[in-house]
Amino acid sequence: MSDNIWEWPLEKIDDYRWRLPKSAKAGMRVDGIIYADEKLLKDIRHDKALEQVANVAFLPGIVNASLAMPDIHWGYGFPIGGVAATDPDNGGVVSPGGVGFDINCGIRLVRTNFKYDEIKNKVQPLISSLFDLIPSGVGSKGEIRVNEREERQIMLKGSGWAVSKGYGVPEDLEATEENGAISGADPDAVSERAYERGKAQSGTLGSGNHFIEVQVIDTIYDAELAESFGLEENLVTVMIHSGSRGFGYQVCDDYLKTMMHCLQKYAINVPDRQLACAPVNSPEAKQYLAAMRAAANYAWNNRQCLMYLARKAFERTFNMSWQKMGMDLIYDVAHNIAKLEKYKINGKEKILCVHRKGATRAFPPGHPELAPKYQKTGQPVIIPGDMGRNSYLLVGTEKAAETFYSTCHGAGRVKSRTAATKAFNADKLVKELESKGIYVRASGRDTIVEEAPLAYKDVNDVVRVVHEAGISKKVCRMRPIGVLKG
Amino acid sequence: MKLFEIIEHTADIGIRAFGKNPKEVFINAASGMFSIIADTRLIKLKEQVEIRQEAAGYDELLRQWLQELLYQFSVSGIIFKEFVIQSLSRNDIKAIARGEKAQGKIKAEIKAVTYHELEFRKSKDGYEAKVIFDV
Repeated sequence: MSDNIWEWPLEKIDDYRWRLPKSAKAGMRVDGIIYADEKLLKDIRHDKALEQVANVAFLPGIVNASLAMPDIHWGYGFPIGGVAATDPDNGGVVSPGGVGFDINCGIRLVRTNFKYDEIKNKVQPLISSLFDLIPSGVGSKGEIRVNEREERQIMLKGSGWAVSKGYGVPEDLEATEENGAISGADPDAVSERAYERGKAQSGTLGSGNHFIEVQVIDTIYDAELAESFGLEENLVTVMIHSGSRGFGYQVCDDYLKTMMHCLQKYAINVPDRQLACAPVNSPEAKQYLAAMRAAANYAWNNRQCLMYLARKAFERTFNMSWQKMGMDLIYDVAHNIAKLEKYKINGKEKILCVHRKGATRAFPPGHPELAPKYQKTGQPVIIPGDMGRNSYLLVGTEKAAETFYSTCHGAGRVKSRTAATKAFNADKLVKELESKGIYVRASGRDTIVEEAPLAYKDVNDVVRVVHEAGISKKVCRMRPIGVLKG
Repeated sequence: MKLFEIIEHTADIGIRAFGKNPKEVFINAASGMFSIIADTRLIKLKEQVEIRQEAAGYDELLRQWLQELLYQFSVSGIIFKEFVIQSLSRNDIKAIARGEKAQGKIKAEIKAVTYHELEFRKSKDGYEAKVIFDV
């Protein structure tokens, strides 16, 4: 966060919505709409996020508005927390910068049968066991090594590959966005380099903000919905945050280079090269989407493998099968992805290309793409906070049609990593968290300070906005008791 | 003259690299990037790779150069410390990067080198560049 305050002309729509009019910057095709309250807006004005909302509004074919969720902060190209839908029939583009390098970075939530009191004395050995079993840290490599033929299978089958190897059950797939594998992936659209970087990284956590957390449900907001997911107060849950690792970074980089040429070829004007893009119907965009889907499937498989290892760590610690511990997957969502989805725009059905860069899909009850078990509840939405405060489970709502069924994805950073490193001390932080009943382990000490709770916005503020704005609905809140950081 | 400095960014991190000529900027940017990734003070020059990249202009070439070093690090584990540039023009670079595999010295992951706010320009004392990384 810089000391500058960016004076963008925001118009208040209501307590939770602000308009950045397209007159704010020459070249914007649509307005920006920011979901925030006065408190969050103060932080948002401190970095370049609003300028990035304006830049996204330049994208050809953008529909309705350049949207920003309350956790937005300065990213590269898109703001993190940015949502944009484009209409392929109207010159709409896809931009790899609207997805990011960590394609299908996402999060999953697993329940258990344990009440907090039953495991509170075993959190430390549990986290140690997770630490032993789950490779984490920069460039971490895992036990799950695959050859090229199997890597191709992962790109096509996603989590289904892990399940076919015994790293999970078919029910896990039903509880994953796209059943753990989005169709239209093409392993031939993926470079040799991506294969090379991907072959030893399935079932590895990575570093930075990636984590596995053991949590306790501390507040229930909707008892009926919570019960339908098998959740109640004091129940222990597990959250897993990771993405497509080096495989996805390579796919994004390969296609960014391609898209750079497309700016000239298709005469597209964007104010930031990281927004390089191509018309959705162009051969370059089709190839990118096919490779991006392969990376998305790689990520779903990765989180499935991580959950398998987490279940194993629980089995080792509690000497019980994971089935007996009730470790069912509640849901898995992507928060860096571009997808073709159906919407009604001005009464006409349209297939739009929806970019979610640090934003979560949030389908309402009855949406045809949801698995039968979520038809009544709506799609579960999982929102992690920082390691010292809370995380949330929400569900999608019909009102979110206004955001192309999208909502926030986390707390959102407010302090840079370098500022956090200067402001906090690792030992002190670990002790402080321990005094709050949170046991932390990290593969790198730097990660602990970079990920300090105060480097983030308060997730409670962020979730309040999406709930009050009506674009998703709170089910329950968790607090961390054990954290494994990458 | 300062070799490089870290740029604060809310989610990510960047560097500004300086030099009397483009060659120095390329070397200092690479040193800056590896100073984020690892503690390079005790890294020995045990292994080397050859780097060749082409691009349209110094700014994109600088990004390519850094991205290529990052790729080589990600597949080999070599933390690069010394960079010898054999030839450099606006459109291509040929260089040798030397370093050592040292897992224990790694501090942070850089996922990629972005095009966001990418800059390469003449300055009062020579040249300077700005690069933002995805971390």
